[in-house]
Amino acid sequence: MKCRKCGQKAAVNMRHHKLALCKDHYLEWLPEQTERFIGKYRMFGREDKILVAVSGGKDSLSLWDLLIRLGYEADGLYIGLGIDGGTGYSGTSHDFALQFANQHHLTLHVVDVQMEVGQPIPVLAEISQRGHGKPCAVCGLTKRHVMNRIARDMGYSVLATGHNLDDEAAVLFGNTLNWSADFLLRQGPVLPEAAGLARKVKPLCRFYEREMAAYALLRGIEYIYEECPHAEGSTSIYYKGVLNRMENDHPGTKLNFYLRFLEARRQGLFAEKQATTTSLHPCLECGQPTTAPGRCSFCRMIERAVPASVSDFSSAT
Amino acid sequence: MVRLVLRGQVYEVRGGMTLLSALQKVGILPNTVIATRDGEMILEDEILRDGEEVRLVAVISGG
Repeated sequence: MKCRKCGQKAAVNMRHHKLALCKDHYLEWLPEQTERFIGKYRMFGREDKILVAVSGGKDSLSLWDLLIRLGYEADGLYIGLGIDGGTGYSGTSHDFALQFANQHHLTLHVVDVQMEVGQPIPVLAEISQRGHGKPCAVCGLTKRHVMNRIARDMGYSVLATGHNLDDEAAVLFGNTLNWSADFLLRQGPVLPEAAGLARKVKPLCRFYEREMAAYALLRGIEYIYEECPHAEGSTSIYYKGVLNRMENDHPGTKLNFYLRFLEARRQGLFAEKQATTTSLHPCLECGQPTTAPGRCSFCRMIERAVPASVSDFSSAT
Repeated sequence: MVRLVLRGQVYEVRGGMTLLSALQKVGILPNTVIATRDGEMILEDEILRDGEEVRLVAVISGG
């Protein structure tokens, strides 16, 4: 298979785009497309100070690499979750994030969950009502809380995450199967800023997961290859498997599913629900915006799981 | 034989077939892996030769 641009041997074939490219042209094409999506969805501009949430995985490190290559001011945030799983998962992922930051002389902020709230994610999941049997829910809630706090406290105008098309399509698939109107309303490349909430953007949302892995490999980005031990058997991976079988038979299925959804939402499919969106107010404990009366979900979870640490945590923020 | 290695698991196929045919034969969805040979990425139309080892990089992760 030949590169469409130069006729040399292709390194990447994207059936959904009917496009094959050699290494050099792929490493030109992907940043160009990233810049196009940043502009198309009005994610941020040159004046913005961007905080990239990095996990040590291929997507977030590639995102950081892309933003730096494109000339944006972007620092990293690594959240130590305290997940071992017999493989030292969090320690290894931290090493990869730190290595990337050092290689490129970039600023990496590090927040350790156990240092902040007294327990690592697996223990929080065990002892809190929310996470019992599903640590991913506790992990997601904690990461969202920490990311927003750091972005707000350290003056970042934009919080960027490495969610790719496969992530977005899997979430959309799940939300559609469950007709989760509230979540469907909020899903998109940009979650606008609100009082106390940083603007959240997903510059990779139109790239297939395979395209991001190819980018990381071709750029020589070293990332954690092992899966999070808690991801095994997760619903999101199951949905990805279903969508990949459809994609294999009908190239473009995932991209079409996501783009048609964005178009439907833009045309007002969820407008009626939008009118009844609940207003936000500051959490009495940490000050972050919440729709719940009193304290936010995160503070309530921490209080139930680690009763003695709530006041310590609040003062630390 | 050609060795396909994915997350430590080894699959063997006979030489002379394309990478796409080899993946289909061992039941791996082509869009869930990236194949490398001698450190270079190869595509589905690549003919595999006896004695070669192809490393398959899984691209799907949880999130």
